Formats: sequence, C-alpha cells, structure tokens
Amino acid sequence: MPGKLKAKIVAGRHLPVMDRASDLTDAFVEVKFGNTTFKTDVCPKSLNPQWNSEWFKFEVDDEDLQDEPLQITVLDHDTYSANDAIGKVYIDIDPLLCSEAATVISGWFPIYDTIHGIRGEINVLVKVDLFNDLNRFRQSSCGVKFFCTMSIPRCFRAMVIHGFVEELVVNEDPEYQWIDRIRTPRASNEARQRLISLMSGELQRKIGLKVLEMGGNAVVGYLQCFDLEGESGLVVRAIGTACTLDKISSTCPAAVVPNLSNSSPSKDMKDSLQAVPSTLGCRSTHSSPVHSASSRLSQGFSVSVPTLLFAGMKNRQRSSEGPRARQCRAVFGEEAPGVPLSSGPPTPLRAQTFSSFSPSKSYSRQSSSSDTELSLTPKTGMGSGGSAGKEAGPLKALLRQQTQSALEQREFPFFTLTGFPVGFLLHVGGVVSARSVKLLDRIHNPDEPETRDAWWEEIRQEIKSHAKALGCHAVVGYSESTSICEEVCILSASGTAAILSSRFMQDGALDTEHRFEDTAPPACGFCHIPYDELNMPFPAQLTYCHCCRRHKVPDVLFTTIDVPTEASITGKGCLIQARLCRTKKKAQGEGNATAISNLLPFLEYELHTQLLNKLKLRGMNALFGLRVQISVGDTMLLGLASATGVYLTALPSPGGIQIAGKTPSDLTYEQHVSNMQKKINDTIAKNKELYEISPPEWVEEVIGSPIPESRQRSRIFRSHSESSDEVLELDLSHGKKDAFVLEIDDTDAIEDIHSLLTDAPTPPGFYSCNTEIMPGIYNWTSSLQMFTSVRVFRLSNANLTNQGLNKIFNDLCENLLKSLYFKLRSMVPCCLCHVNFIVAVPEDELIQVAVTAVAMSLDKDQTQENGRQSGDKTLMKAITENEEQLQFPLELSAECPSNPLSSAKGLSEVSGPLPSARAPSVDHSSFTDRCSSWIEQIRLKAHTIRRGSIKTTSSLEKSSPLPDSRSRSLRSNRSCPSSSVAVVKMTPLSFLPGTKIIKYLGIINMFFIRETTSLREEGGVSGFLHSFIAEVFAMVRAHVAALGGNAVVSYSMKECVFMENPNKNQAQCLINVSGDAVIFIRESELEATPSQTQSGNVQTSSNGEGT
Amino acid sequence: MLLVVNTAAVVKMSVELDVFVGNTTIMDKEVYQLWLNGYTVSDAVKVRMEGGVMEECEASADVLLSDTMDQFRTFQMCERLLQNPAKLANQLLFQIPPDRQAMLIERYYAFDDAFVREVLGKKLSKGTKKDLDDVSAKTGITLKSCRRQFDNFKRVFKVVEELKGPLVENIKQHFLLPDPLARDYAAIVFFANNRFETGKKKLQYLTFHDFAFCAGQLINNWTVGAVDNMVEDMDVDLDKEFLQDLKDLKILIADKDLLDQHKSLVCVALRGKTKVFNEMEANFKNLSRGLVNIAAKLTNPKDVRDFFIDLIEKFIEPCRSDRWTATDVNLYLTHYTNSAHILDSFKHQTVWTRYMGVIKSCILRMYHE
Repeated sequence: MPGKLKAKIVAGRHLPVMDRASDLTDAFVEVKFGNTTFKTDVCPKSLNPQWNSEWFKFEVDDEDLQDEPLQITVLDHDTYSANDAIGKVYIDIDPLLCSEAATVISGWFPIYDTIHGIRGEINVLVKVDLFNDLNRFRQSSCGVKFFCTMSIPRCFRAMVIHGFVEELVVNEDPEYQWIDRIRTPRASNEARQRLISLMSGELQRKIGLKVLEMGGNAVVGYLQCFDLEGESGLVVRAIGTACTLDKISSTCPAAVVPNLSNSSPSKDMKDSLQAVPSTLGCRSTHSSPVHSASSRLSQGFSVSVPTLLFAGMKNRQRSSEGPRARQCRAVFGEEAPGVPLSSGPPTPLRAQTFSSFSPSKSYSRQSSSSDTELSLTPKTGMGSGGSAGKEAGPLKALLRQQTQSALEQREFPFFTLTGFPVGFLLHVGGVVSARSVKLLDRIHNPDEPETRDAWWEEIRQEIKSHAKALGCHAVVGYSESTSICEEVCILSASGTAAILSSRFMQDGALDTEHRFEDTAPPACGFCHIPYDELNMPFPAQLTYCHCCRRHKVPDVLFTTIDVPTEASITGKGCLIQARLCRTKKKAQGEGNATAISNLLPFLEYELHTQLLNKLKLRGMNALFGLRVQISVGDTMLLGLASATGVYLTALPSPGGIQIAGKTPSDLTYEQHVSNMQKKINDTIAKNKELYEISPPEWVEEVIGSPIPESRQRSRIFRSHSESSDEVLELDLSHGKKDAFVLEIDDTDAIEDIHSLLTDAPTPPGFYSCNTEIMPGIYNWTSSLQMFTSVRVFRLSNANLTNQGLNKIFNDLCENLLKSLYFKLRSMVPCCLCHVNFIVAVPEDELIQVAVTAVAMSLDKDQTQENGRQSGDKTLMKAITENEEQLQFPLELSAECPSNPLSSAKGLSEVSGPLPSARAPSVDHSSFTDRCSSWIEQIRLKAHTIRRGSIKTTSSLEKSSPLPDSRSRSLRSNRSCPSSSVAVVKMTPLSFLPGTKIIKYLGIINMFFIRETTSLREEGGVSGFLHSFIAEVFAMVRAHVAALGGNAVVSYSMKECVFMENPNKNQAQCLINVSGDAVIFIRESELEATPSQTQSGNVQTSSNGEGT
Repeated sequence: MLLVVNTAAVVKMSVELDVFVGNTTIMDKEVYQLWLNGYTVSDAVKVRMEGGVMEECEASADVLLSDTMDQFRTFQMCERLLQNPAKLANQLLFQIPPDRQAMLIERYYAFDDAFVREVLGKKLSKGTKKDLDDVSAKTGITLKSCRRQFDNFKRVFKVVEELKGPLVENIKQHFLLPDPLARDYAAIVFFANNRFETGKKKLQYLTFHDFAFCAGQLINNWTVGAVDNMVEDMDVDLDKEFLQDLKDLKILIADKDLLDQHKSLVCVALRGKTKVFNEMEANFKNLSRGLVNIAAKLTNPKDVRDFFIDLIEKFIEPCRSDRWTATDVNLYLTHYTNSAHILDSFKHQTVWTRYMGVIKSCILRMYHE
C-alpha cells in the first residue's frame, strides 16, 4: 500500500565558497527518493540561499518507505562544466511511519561530504501521509517500534515479551566491485553509505514483519551490526527482543479503574487478539477469570474455571505444534522450517566450532557441542526432579513445566534485554558463551544468505545447550559479535542463562502462572542457583543465600545483564577489566583459522581467571554486564573482558587470595612470597574500604541449622527446606571463606600477580562501571557528558613476547582510563557509566581502543533515589494487584505428565515467595493516574505546538539566516546566540537522571564514511578522526532535533573502523552509531507547575526545528 | 632478588592517534589561555605542570600531554568559527553552552595592552603584519599571539568599516563582544582608520586606555554619526563639515581684541583659585593659540594624524613645565571654554562647544601629573 512522502527545501546556510572568482556559490538541491528526483531552482550567488521550494511529493510503497532513505544533494550550478556536489543529507524517514513517534522532520541538517566533512547546513521539512494498510500479505512492517534501549523503555509497559528476533542480509561491498577502480572515492563512499542505509532499512522491515507475525508491536534491545567481510561481501545483521508494549500513560487510567476488581493490565492484549488468535484462545482461557470484566471476552470464554482450564490445556497441547511451526517460519524466513541443526546446511568451510572453555571457578559453561545436547529433548538423569515435583505440589510442577516447555518450544529462548521488569528474572545461572572461527568465502547469491544464517544458527544452538546444562530455559542479556581479519572471522555470542517468570510470556496459559509465585519475588531470588546441586555443570561451591537463608547460592556469579533493580548490594561497584594479548604466527587460510581456534580457549580461560582474581582483589563476588571481546589481527589476538564488579549481599563473602610458592623453596623466595601476600592482603583491605564493602558478618550458627562448625572439608547431607526433601551437598569449608589459591610456579604467574597489583584505583571522586548505573549510587544530578575517545598505538618492536604485549595492552587501557579521569575532573564527584571499550587490530602493528561512556555528576549532599522511575512503580503495582491468587483445583495435575527435568529445575523457584516479601499494597493507583494524565497533556501540547511552529517555519526562515558579512544592514536579524541551536543530550544509558522521557521518537541508526587525501593538512590522523567524530555527533544531534527531540538515549558507537596510509597522505574511517531519539522533561519542572512549565519546555525543544 | 624478573621487554610504543570528543565540547579555560598566548604544546604542558594540575589529579605527564594536544586541536578546529563568532552560535559541529561560547569569543578577541600600543594608529596592512616579529621581540608576546591579535583588529576593521550605524553597536552585533571590549575595538578601528600617530616618544607615556578614552570622545562628538546616525562611515571618519567649521574659530586668536577679552574673562574667573595663576596668565595667549591652531588645521589629514602629539606639544607640555595640577588644568579649560561664550563678537558657539568638549576631556585624560 502506498504512502505519500513530501519534502520541502527551505534554506541553506554557511555553504562553502564554490566559485573562487566571486567567493560565492550558486546552489541548488536535488531531492531523491527511490528513482524519483526533484530539483530546486538555483539560488545564485549566495552562501545562505533561500529556496523555499514547493512540496516535492513522492508516491511510494511503504516497503520502499521503510527501506530507502530520503537523499538530499546540494550542488553548485556551473554553466559551462559539470555541477559540483557540495554534499548530501540522508534522512531516515522510518520515525515518520510510526503513529506514535515523530510526525514531521524539520530542521537544519549538516550537509555532509565524505571527502570534506560537514559543509554548511540545509533546512528541510519532511512529512509522510500513510494510507491504512489492510493487506494481509504485506511486505512492510510500518508501525513496529524499534528501540535500542536494552530494557523496557521508560514510558512503556511490557504486556508480552515475545522473544528473540533476528535477521541478516548480505550484499556485495561496493568498495570491492570492479567499478570501484574507475569511480572516484567520493562516489564509492556514497555508494557504500547508501547501500548500508538501504540494507539497514530492509533489515528493520524484515524484523518488523517477524514481530508482527509473533503478535508484537515493538522490538526492544535492537542490536544491528555490520560485518565488513572485504572481498567476500557485506553483512548487515540484527537481533532484538520482540515485545508487545503499551504506553503507560494511555492504559493507566483504565487499569486503575477500581470496579474491575481483579483485572490486571497485563491481560489487556489487544494486539495479539487479531494477530494470533490461536494462542489467544489458550491464553485467555486460562486467564478468563481475570478477564471476566473485560469487554473483549464477548467471544464466550467466561465460563467456569475448571472446564475452561481443561479445555485450555487441551487446546494448548493440540496447538503446541502451531506456534512452534510459526516460529520456525519466522526465524528461517524462506528457508525450510525447523531444519535440525546437526544435519543443517553443510557449511562450506572447514570450520571449527568450539564452545567456551571456562576455568573452574567461573560460570561459563564448559562443554563441547554434542548432538544430544542440541536436541530439544530434555536431559535425563535428573531423576530427583520428579519426586521433588510431587512433593512441591503437582500444580506448581505443572505450571513450571508449562513455562519450561513454552520456552523450550522456542527456537531460541533468547532475550537481548539486559534490564527487566521486576519479577521477570527468577534465577540466573551464569554466563554462557560460544565462539566459532570461520573462513570467509564470497557470498555468491545475496538473496540467499544461508551460510551466514547457518553459522549463527549453530552458535545459537550451542548457547541454548549451554543454558540448558545450567538448568536454565532462557538466555538473557544476549548479544552477538564478530571479529574479522582478512578471511578469518570469529563469531561470538554470549548471554546469561536464566529462568524467567512466565508473566510476560505469551504462549499458552502461562500468564496465569505468576499468581503462584513471586507476587513479589525475594530480592535475592535471582542469585539462587537454577541448576541441580547433584549434577552441577561445573565445580562450584554452594552456600545458603545470605538474605533468605533458605536457598543455595554460588560463591561467585558472572552475568551479562545489568544489576537487577531489586538486587541488594553491599557497598559500591567498580569497573573490572581483564586484558590479554597473545602473539600468533602469521598464517593463511585454514592454517590461520586452526591456529586461532587453538589459541581461543586459552585466551578465554586466562581472561576469566584474570577477572576472577581482580574481582577477589576488590573483595567482591559478582560481575554484571560482562562483555568479552576477542579481536583478531595478523600477528596477535586481543582479548578484553569488561564488567562491573559488585558485592551481592546474598552471596558469600569472597575469600582472599593466597599465594602458594613452588615446592622447592629457599628463604629469599619465601620472603618474596610473603611480601606479595602482604601486598595483596593490603590491597584487598584498601579496596573494601574504598568500595564501602562491609557486609554484616555472616555467622553460620545464626540459622540455627545443625551444621557442625568444621574447618575440615566435611560433607554433610542434610535435607533442604520444607519445599523439597532433596539431598544436597554442602561444602562447609568454602562457607568459611577459604582463600583462593594462586600458585606462582612460573614467571607468567608472577606477571599475573604484578598486573593484578598495578591496576590503578580510580582517583578520588570517581566511580566507574560498564552497567547502566553504578549500584549503590542514587544521588545523580542532571549534569552529564557523553564522550568517545579513540587511541591507536603502534608497536614498533616486531618481536614481542606475550608478556611484553600484555603489558603494552594493559598500559594502553590503563592510561586511557587515566586520561578520561583527568579530562572529566571538573565533574567530580562523578561516575563513568556504561564504559564501553572496543578493541581492534586494524593493521599488523596497530592496536586500536575506542571508548564510549557517559560521565554523570553526583550530588554529594542529596541522597534521594532518582534511579527508579515510575515505570517500575507501575509494574510493582501490577504485581500487587495480582496478589489475589486463584486456587487451581489439584486434580488437574494428572492431566499433564510432568516433565522431570523442568520440575527439577523449578525446584528452588517453587518455594520462592516469602510471605514477608510481598509488596505492601500501597495505593499507587491514584498517583500514577495523575502522573499519566499530565503526560498525556504534555503530549497533546507538544503536538499542537510543533504543528504551530511548522506553519510558521517558512516565514521564520526568511529572517533567520545570517546576513553576509558585507551586508550593510544596521542591525542583523540574527537570532540571539543562546537560542539558535537546541541542545541535544546524548547518553549510552536508557534514561537521563532527573528527567522523565515523555516520548520516543524513533531509532537513530546512522552510518558514515569519511575519507581524506590530505591527511597532513587536516591535522594528521588525530585531527582527521577528531573532526569526523565531532561531525558524527553533530549529525546525530541534528537528526534528533529535527524529529523534535532533545536527547538520544541508549546511544552507542557500534563500529569505528579506521584505516590510514600516511605515506599516501590518506585515511579512511567508517563509523556506525545508533540510539533512541526522545523528548524528555525535567522532573523538577514536572512536579512544580505541570501544565505551564511543560508547554514551555516543549517549546524549547521545538525551537531546534524552527531556527 | 631472585624472583623479580621483569620480563616485559623494553618496547617502544608510540601513540599514533589519540582523540577525545565529548557531546558537549570540553574546554579548559587555562589551556585555552595558553593556546591564545601562542604556546606550543610542549611549552603549555610545562606551564601546566608548574601550575600543579598534576598533583591535584594524580595525572602523569603523558596524561597532561594528551589532554593538552587534544584541547589545542579542539581550539584549532574552533578557530574558524571564532573568526566569525555569529557562526559559533548556530553551527552544529560543536555543542558549546552559551556561557562558554561567550567566554571563548571574549578571550579570543581580548588583546594585550602592550601589543595594541604598538600597532594603534598604524595601517592594518600586510606591511604592518610583516613587522610583527619586531613587535613580538619588543613586547615578549609570542609571534603567534601577535598575529591573532593583529588579525582580529584587521577582521573587525574590515567588517565594520563599511557598515552603517553606530560603530560600537556594529561590533557588538557582528562579533558578539561585551560592551567594554567592543568599545576598545571601536577605538582601535577608529585609530587605524584615521591613522593617528601614537608611537612618537612623547606619546609613549600614554596607555591604550588613554587613547581608547579619547577615541570614544572623538567618535561620540566629532564624527558624522554624532549628528546623524544613518550615514555611511559615520563613526569611522571625522565630520568634514565640522572640521571645516573649526577654521572659523581662528578668530579667537586672530582678533586681538577678542583674544584680550577672552584672557581677561578667564583671569577674572580664576584669580585666587589656583596657585599657578601667574603662569597661567603669562601663558594664556600661547595656550589659546595652540588649541585654536589645532582646530584650524584639522582639515588637513596630516594634522589629524598629529592631533595627539599636537595636544601634548601645544598644551600639555607647557602646563606640565609650569607644574599645573590636573585640577588646575580642569579649572582653566572649564573657564577657557565658558568665557568664550560670553564674548559678544564670537558667533561660533556650537562649533566651539563641540570642539572644546572633546579637547577638554582628552587633555584631562592625557594629563598625567
């Protein structure tokens, strides 16, 4: 179905001088969409031209609207020779296709040229009229919202979290086409930019289609990446989490209406009603008692509970093939659905897949891929689960099993989210990761990206099987990445194995289940082990949870997610990095791939050991936001693991680090060892003080359990809590914090210890973390500074040892951090949040490190809790509302043969809720109601105001451009400097402290190439990159301002590929950035005088587009 | 010791590239000043190290070097915008808070008194620019800084030279400068345009601000703009008609009766009020002749250039040698001006007031005891 795209070119300013003779420019503009091009008149002899063009109208398919960018080219008219291009603006019109996002794009855009950078600005107005799309078989997916944010966006509520969506498109890289030899660098760059823009559009559209098919309306945690495979092509791939989101403001009043005694907002699933009738049937049968008040139940479901439930069960079982098949289709697209992986498409490479290899203490899953594990049938051998299930009550087991199976039915029960609604995350198993080394070959047919698909499929299966081995049915905080060096490509995927509540699941009757558990889950719940203690996937030492003292927890927990909001943390956290460099022999093709895959396990092992050591050195016991990056170069492999260490109150206090010397030892040696031991102990003590870690001393006797105090490694079998009579192993010696032993048996180990101790602490006043916010800090101010810093080091000594390399790499990272602290010293006290390192080996002897982060100032005096937004509050409310639980009849248990595996896994969960942990039933409803109506008001105001400003734009524009400096006017009609450019804030976080995001305007996903043939003249490589990054920021800000926004949240720089050739005086750089454009208002203003200040605020934000 | 083995090979590694870009452009005022002063990066690092930033923040020399290089680069990138401050406000490349923008502009256009004294009244031409190394050597200001200051003068001069309207306002509008700085620039432009001589030895004791004050007086009273503010070049050039009219004042010294009358009126008024009465009485004719002759000669551009030197030679020096105090000078000039109004046969009252008002305030400002 078609839509009408309208564009108007208003004016230009600060254009470059194109005619040396007159020092002026005769500019005109070409507006192109698809294959249609319009031109404006030439505005002669002006650097600040006024075109005020008519509305150029393009009648196009909405499919094209999603794929294509609007392309605006500014040119200098030349009567005798060819017109010279000044530069281009690509405008992604996707945000206009969403009814709830932006309605118009209007503002000044930097005119960008890949050779010269920004050359002036152009004022453009763009609108879209969409006709209603009723076509069932449509190819477009307009209206699906995309969010880069890794949690449920602040002004939305998750109704259903459908799960994983992925897509991948491939193409030939224009840079490697034959035509590239004869075209100019500019043409080649532009072809590339355009192609990637097209491919991203296509990718989003396809993912959108999958989301619609699943019954969702949004993608959260959208991660798009490019693989520049060189000769073999260009891959654009994306993953995300499909959700059905509901604007909080719009549903709250309804949800709060008191007469619907039990109606919970989460049942209110309009979208799924049309989209997936079959599933809806099941779901609503189960939830029908709740639904009885809802108007939607005209379909006749409101019959008595037992029958319906029964019917529902059957229904579900019968239809269980349905959703599965559907999902397969969704995942595979045109390909054969459900191809079992083991027999999957033969990969053309001699690939070696290997699974992550983990040190004994870290919770990466160690296993080799095996077909049995890959199969979807549950593992046998967890017999105790069956009995436990019976003991725990058949109904619970049944429900558990339902969740389990629902998730297992999925192709990939993955979630890209790192932050979750309260109560969604039940248990966390540990980090699962998989890597695979592949040899690239040419992509022969761009329409069939099977090979790449199959590769990822393989890895995802691996991850899934790891998660299963950890007793988990889902993977959260999931991400994928690649590192390419010539023809070798390392594919990596990682996530956190977890058990999730079914509350937000769509499939089957699951959403009733949450009535049974975790009305308010205990805050320590997620730390409890999900796996079976008898069949532990790895050697771990378990103790009782230090919070509830009823469940088992591991001694250390590694995760890729953010710190859950409900987690209780002792003290403050800090950024922990493990850095490693390994030399590698130069090799070609298969030999190279083999060499790399042989090195990888060691690299990974050492990174984990380093992380664990550093964690212990800081007296902490858990890592969040773990991100392990492996980068491959010709002669080396780089590994960088970053995470935020914290002390989880629920986990045992970590033991110290003990150094053990070699067995044959002399006196000096002993002395040395004891010296080091002393140093380490001092550091641990210092760190504990620094991070304010002073956990309440946990005394074993307190529980009153009959555990004999024993320093020996005694094993006791005792029965667990009421809920199960399962035998469990308790390793007491660990409970007493026995030291972690480091053996120094070679110089390597000494180096390790040295590097442990050389990590400089953050200077006073600074905190740092790579998660969204630092646990334990709530007094954020609104002052923030997002930045990107890039460093490239050249190793001039070719023959380096591993140690030498390690030291260099370590120093590089440390120095970079030191520089950041110094730069940001004026913001103290402050916290560097979301510190994201990207390492690369662009050339033989180069190491590149790019950091993007945000520094946020803290208010020392004020200790109010700004971090938690009302979104959480509403969720809390939803939980409390659902407290009244249904009493399911027990006889149903027989209907469903319980799956032994899943019930075993569910064990710990079943006994989860503590009566005391129930959320107090405070009446938030009226508060939320008021809040949301304000927001609604603001939204309306924003709309009208923006419309108003659009009408007047053309008249305004006439007066706004600068007069030429030569003009003889008495008073230049320039606007006052402070108001001429709207401030756009940028942050990698999903929120801005002290503000409320009132509207998401759409996703920003931009790709730029910059090239120069006059590197020296542009200030060398640093000057070149500095201005390019500044230009990228400027273009992002301009696009956000044009959408009417005043901030970008969840901003990230995905790619920064820098290449140089100083001898030829050339350099090239590619940057890909993404984020969510939003409108925010200050909370203080919202609280003060809502209606007035808000309209004022919105006006400010709309200023950006006017002037 | 046995086990302390430093296995890390001595490796030379070099930072090939090092950039930091903030969404809000970070600029350190202190580093900015060092850049403006024309320091090289390494000199600036030295100064900063001596300033003690390092101890304050536990930074190493490397960190300081990296930061300084980065900021210098940022300033360099901004320089193009600073040269056209209006652009700085609505450019999109750097997000700089308005108060920072104002600071950047103000400091960029700030100048050293020592430097401006050297070029004040000189033609802002390439020739003058070539001599800047001498100025640099003489004043101890780096050549780079001298060039920036010179280019600023020249840029402002070129822009406002042909604009209509009040000079100070135009400068404020186009260069977004605060009022006092805009006034200083108005003075510089005015001096450059009229090529007033300021470099002679006798003038050395005068500061830039003395001249700037005088320039303000001249601009406000003797230019076309002082009468009609919609005329071209109104504030930059002196009012030709007025200069022509000044010739009529000659009657005050040419007509002997008038001169005597004038003298007696002044003497009556001043008797007993000043210690230097006798000297004043003795010198009256000389002084009056001096002032009126300056007025009469101003039609000649050459004499306009010598305006200040003439004031010194014809009036200030004689007074100073007679040890007049500033109060004496003030008293004398007040009565000298007022008495002329009482002279019946003196018809050029308006011109006289316009002339003497400026002369009086200039002399008072230039009269350092």
